Amino acid sequence: MDQNRYDMKDIDIAWCPGCGNFVIWKILKKTLDELNIEPRDVVIVSGIGQAAKMPHYLRCHTFNGLHGRALPPATGIKAVNPGLTVIVESGDGDMYGEGGNHFMHTIRRNPDITNIVHNNMIYGLTKGQASPTSQVGFTTSVQVNGVILEPLNPIALAIALNASFVTRVSTTDEDQMNKILKKAIQHKGYALVDVLHPCVSFNKVNTYQWIKKNTVRLEDTYDPEDRSSAIQRALETDKFSLGIFYIQSGRTTFEANLNVYRDSQEPLFSRSSEPVRLQKFINQL
Amino acid sequence: MIKKKDISIVLCGPAGRGIQTAEKLLVSIFRKAGYHIFATKEYMSRVRGGSNSITIRVSSESVKALVDRIDILIPLDRIALGHVEHRISEETLVIGEKDILLNPDYKLPCPIMDVPLTRLSKETGGIIYSNVIVTGLVARLFNIEKSVVQSHIKQAFGHKDKKIVGRNIDAVSRGFDAGKQMEPDLRIELRTRTMSEIKNEFLINGGEAVSLGAIAGGCRFIASYPMTPSTPVLTFLARHAEHFQIIAEQTEDEIAAINMALGASYAGVRSMVTTSGGGFALMTEGLSLAGMIETPIVIHLAQRPGPATGLPTRTEQGDLLFALYAGHGEFPRVILAPGSLEDGFLLTRKAFELADNYQIPVLVLTDQYYIDSYYNLYRLQTEKSKNRATVMKTDRKYKRFALSKDGISPRGIPGYGDGFVEVDSDEHDEEGHITESSTVRINMVEKRLKKVEALAKEALPPEWIGPKDCETLVVCWGSTVHIVTEAVRHVNQEKMAVLYFRQVYPISPEVQDYFKKPKQMILVENNATAQFGRILKSECDLEIPKKILKYSGLAFSVEEITRQLQDIVA
Repeated sequence: MDQNRYDMKDIDIAWCPGCGNFVIWKILKKTLDELNIEPRDVVIVSGIGQAAKMPHYLRCHTFNGLHGRALPPATGIKAVNPGLTVIVESGDGDMYGEGGNHFMHTIRRNPDITNIVHNNMIYGLTKGQASPTSQVGFTTSVQVNGVILEPLNPIALAIALNASFVTRVSTTDEDQMNKILKKAIQHKGYALVDVLHPCVSFNKVNTYQWIKKNTVRLEDTYDPEDRSSAIQRALETDKFSLGIFYIQSGRTTFEANLNVYRDSQEPLFSRSSEPVRLQKFINQL
Repeated sequence: MIKKKDISIVLCGPAGRGIQTAEKLLVSIFRKAGYHIFATKEYMSRVRGGSNSITIRVSSESVKALVDRIDILIPLDRIALGHVEHRISEETLVIGEKDILLNPDYKLPCPIMDVPLTRLSKETGGIIYSNVIVTGLVARLFNIEKSVVQSHIKQAFGHKDKKIVGRNIDAVSRGFDAGKQMEPDLRIELRTRTMSEIKNEFLINGGEAVSLGAIAGGCRFIASYPMTPSTPVLTFLARHAEHFQIIAEQTEDEIAAINMALGASYAGVRSMVTTSGGGFALMTEGLSLAGMIETPIVIHLAQRPGPATGLPTRTEQGDLLFALYAGHGEFPRVILAPGSLEDGFLLTRKAFELADNYQIPVLVLTDQYYIDSYYNLYRLQTEKSKNRATVMKTDRKYKRFALSKDGISPRGIPGYGDGFVEVDSDEHDEEGHITESSTVRINMVEKRLKKVEALAKEALPPEWIGPKDCETLVVCWGSTVHIVTEAVRHVNQEKMAVLYFRQVYPISPEVQDYFKKPKQMILVENNATAQFGRILKSECDLEIPKKILKYSGLAFSVEEITRQLQDIVA
């Protein structure tokens, strides 16, 4: 097996040394490789931000779109060619701030895509303002007296919307991230993978050590199919649990519900058009 | 007896009383009877109450434009009478319930024929049947057989409960009989055509013309957020999605709509969105993305008066310059503006071809008046044209943005070939990767803008309607064409012609020749600032000082343009 099938040559990476993005990058390539998915079958879709630069460092198809708008094109791509593995790479600002509306409604739509959110509780590319997940009291160049807004809880929100796969992992636990990411990509339906990771340049509070100290794996006996206990665990504030919070197996995906695939699995782009069918239709109007 | 070649009927009443159902029934009855018909509506942004009206022209000759004149007015309440008061003349005949309509403070200048609508509808089952009663009455006035009218009702309500079908048949029959009683005073004689004369015709509205054009253009994906007056295209494609293998998705907002459609287009299918003013405003970042990633997209923009929410259900040609300049940065685009229903079909189909051939966004600009207006026309003919996305099988060396002579790079899609298809909203190199190199930037800007030259050469020239050696040329674009053409016929058909622009950007270079001969030019636009005039000035250095503009939220009428043209040429 070619261990480096997702590696690109001669790339100039824009991330800071020690950034959590490197860990996610490494694990993502490793996971895709272990799943034996060919790069030509993968599309990475992203918005804008440091995390959203991921597609430029992976050898596969990429759609690096607008800030906050990664999920809609990802849905469109998957809908017209369900054979592709579609992964959305995004940051906490891109996904939970700018793209919050799409986050909610893509969960409702349930396309078979994996949504990886690099959650470092800060804006990196714009140099250190609060993100939707910044903790109360966190001071920045804009939030000079500290954050007063309630932090967004993506895990609880996703479970409340009945997302079909909800997980939080951390770059401090690479082994778990690798195992869970594998399950998320294999899951049929929308999968949220919220990844806690440090921003070494701008977030001096939620550091690697802080994340290590403030996270704990969900116990082995935890049942991710129980929605109410999942909500309960998602609302815990003393420590951030890591693991699969919620799986709703058996839910039909967006693509599977589309009438264009009722009689044929052929991708939409290769289907020939039928002017005769339209002419008949017009003649009957 | 009314002896005219062309009769204008207006039905007016509050929202929720089924005026639009009556419109649908009547146009279908008239069409099958062999008349020429034109129908349009104006309505308020409310679900109940107020006053909405439909105008139906029934004629022995082809009619395609709105007239102010009312020959037969059927108001359902007193407010309705006030709503269309300015259109009533001595020659109008009002048919309705005298007790409800007559107002001591207002003297009707014309006769009124009493119909006990309240009693008739009560006998049928309630006031909601008054629209169907009126339908029967009007059909009788036009000498249509009772059984024919009844069968139309059966067809229209057939999917409903048996009891409801029965009541509607009862209602239409009562209306029919009421019409019969008027016969001694009121008979309408219009020439009808035989079945064989009309068998190659059909009746559609602007929304349907655009939708059929989209299907003909190979549209496989539409994502949109409902917004008046653009929604009919979404509902039409959704209703027939299975038959034509189309994905039709209602998104959470217009931002999602255009981004989703661009994702679908990137993955290889012809895609579109349909929207209106404020929704298009939300799409502008996505429009700019289409420009940057050179991904085809068709945008149907059905205009309504702004700014902001404006008049949600009214009409205007007020977003032309917005459509032209929307989106940050510099990138090529095309704007098509159908005026005839045939053009709605042909131009929307063409929009998909242009978007695909040049890998650019193409806008189809219509408006509420266009979308909601019907007339009979020859059945549209499909062509065996190439209506699938032009994509190549990629190889390992594939570069999505390879530089080329004409600025167009061979288009690959993910999942078809060995290459990688990479697109980026950032400035990018030939492979599609982010760059800040000035050299690459310059090359890429020039690559994108190179397409403009070929697009201008391919631009559709305007259509000259009328005498080639005219003295006065009336310039219009989009939905006003039929109104202007009919008005010009009334003013002076020997010395006046119409120049109709169906492509408003880029403008065909041929246009220079058209402006040379006529002594006088007049510009007609349904907006306040003569936006197309400004494009003619900035793009072609052509100026038309005389303008007829309207920005009340309503469409022009034939009489209105006629009067204003007469004033100018007098």
